[in-house]
Amino acid sequence: MADTMEAELLSDPRTRSSTGTMVRYGVLFAILAVLPFVAPGYWIYFAGLLGINIIATHGLNIMMGFTGLLSLGHAAFVGVGAYTVAILQTYFGLPFWLTIPAAGVSAAVIGVAFGLPSLRIRGLYLVIATLAAQFILHFVFVHWQSVTNGDVGLPVAPANVFGFLLNNETRIYYLILAFVVASTWFARNVIKSRVGRAFIAIRERDLTAQVLGVEIVRYKLLAFGLGSFYAGIAGALLAYFNRFVNPEQFGLLLSVFFLSAVIVGGMGSILGAILGAAFMTLLPEILRELSLLIGSGLGIDLGTILTPLRETIFGLLMVGFLLLEPRGLAQLWKRASQKSTRDSA
Amino acid sequence: MSPFQQFIEYSIVGIAAGGVYALIALGIVVIFKASRTFNFAMGEMMMLSAYFFYAASVTFALGPVIGMIVALIGSVAIALLIERVAIRPMLGRPFIAVVMVTFGIGSIIRGIVGMVWGPNEMQIPGILSRTPIMLGDIFVPGKTARAFAIAVVIVVVLIAYLRYSRAGVALRAAAADTITAYSMGIDVRRIIAFTWIVAAVTGCISGVLMANVNTLTPHLGLVALNVLAVVILGGMASIGGVLVAGFIIGWLEAITGLFLPTEFREITPYVLALVVLLVRPNGLFGSREVERI
Repeated sequence: MADTMEAELLSDPRTRSSTGTMVRYGVLFAILAVLPFVAPGYWIYFAGLLGINIIATHGLNIMMGFTGLLSLGHAAFVGVGAYTVAILQTYFGLPFWLTIPAAGVSAAVIGVAFGLPSLRIRGLYLVIATLAAQFILHFVFVHWQSVTNGDVGLPVAPANVFGFLLNNETRIYYLILAFVVASTWFARNVIKSRVGRAFIAIRERDLTAQVLGVEIVRYKLLAFGLGSFYAGIAGALLAYFNRFVNPEQFGLLLSVFFLSAVIVGGMGSILGAILGAAFMTLLPEILRELSLLIGSGLGIDLGTILTPLRETIFGLLMVGFLLLEPRGLAQLWKRASQKSTRDSA
Repeated sequence: MSPFQQFIEYSIVGIAAGGVYALIALGIVVIFKASRTFNFAMGEMMMLSAYFFYAASVTFALGPVIGMIVALIGSVAIALLIERVAIRPMLGRPFIAVVMVTFGIGSIIRGIVGMVWGPNEMQIPGILSRTPIMLGDIFVPGKTARAFAIAVVIVVVLIAYLRYSRAGVALRAAAADTITAYSMGIDVRRIIAFTWIVAAVTGCISGVLMANVNTLTPHLGLVALNVLAVVILGGMASIGGVLVAGFIIGWLEAITGLFLPTEFREITPYVLALVVLLVRPNGLFGSREVERI
């Protein structure tokens, strides 16, 4: 039976990598690789930020979109990754190729430590545990003065790739790009593997999954740990990208940001995580430009309302997509591309 | 003052502060009973009501009484709007999705309040007297004591209403078995809307009280997340249980202030939540909602 299933999967045009898709990926990578040479620096800065957000959103999507584990504390786990880099670099002088994996591991360990008691039980307890993680970890960032330097935060020296300093947005762009490609590829493969099918089975109906022989607790822990690991990697890259860490970056608003990204993009879709992260990264910028435009037109400064405006729009997007299109932009994208192939055929 | 006396004093002040938390908890549990919805926007509803009060009584200078009436009407209207537009279409969807919707609504309200009133602290007119209450040697701050008294009265009135009124009986019927309640001719949708009104009233009163005891900021509502965390662990099954949970939070925050620097108070409820998850994974009172897997 497994053989026939595999044969079906192989003959299915959706899973077969045809020459067409290979060419398309090739073109995409070529564009991404030459982007810094043609696009203005401002764009490259956003591409870097977008890449980091994509990685973190993949993480939350693995937990929430594929396994059905809602986390309200994703920003705090990103923060753990960022602080791990800053602390290991400041106090121990470790290089980036050690700090980045360490950031992923520490975020995964802390994430699982918070999730462990509640992952054994169904229901809302994990939501409470992640909310607790958000507030408690943020508290630690602010109040563990002697290590985190409180509200001021810690500076981060540029990543030193074997003597080559990643000290501007173009150089760090390539590092982030590599991680985005690797993390997307890995997430896609996990989801297509036995592990991914177990995640989806748990999301759909955990009791059925258990009857079918899925060890629920183990796979939930795995999903949660993996999602937190992604958050930690994203945090590490963010630390090298901003070259400083402070607690303000990792508040509840950022957790809402990632939640919105997963929901807007489409829960349980790799493409959705990318689309959602892109949408959510560009949106504040569009809002900022618009408010500058409108503000200068009216002769007033709208800068002060930007943060609350962002909060409002994040919330509206979450509620709107959950009510009207729970499968998010990925579904809209799919519909649009199906329509275009039909039209061209 | 002896350490024991100090402990007693902190305990009394804490339990007094817990009165408002119990009021918040009541608003959360009523909605949960009718529709199995966890309202993560409770705190924001409460904070918004306090701003309504501020706008009516200070900005438009209508005085505290009219201010309170305006705040009540405003918060009920907002609650009904939320229920109709965002919650009713979500009934029957996975509870995680509903949680995210209420969480999103909280974010919307925080943002709107931030845009309209700005991020700074505001003082609302003192409707509560500052004169401290002395219980023997024990000193209870005046505002806290009076807020406690008001909260307790409201809680008692609401519980009596839910116990003896037609609407209260219908609510309990719907909570016990929605389908049977439907077939017996109870309009469950109206009951759910009714619970949102109750939540709006408790939220409004607790919001104005909290803003009076502390100051008014867009983050006033975050306290309701603490309450929600502890209430969920206390078990949503009984109204009595969640009221106790409210008082426990108040007491614990005060006791934390006695032994640790004050900033630890913000995370006390969450630490408590994690400890409960570790030692009693079925919740404090072992609620039915929890299934082990």
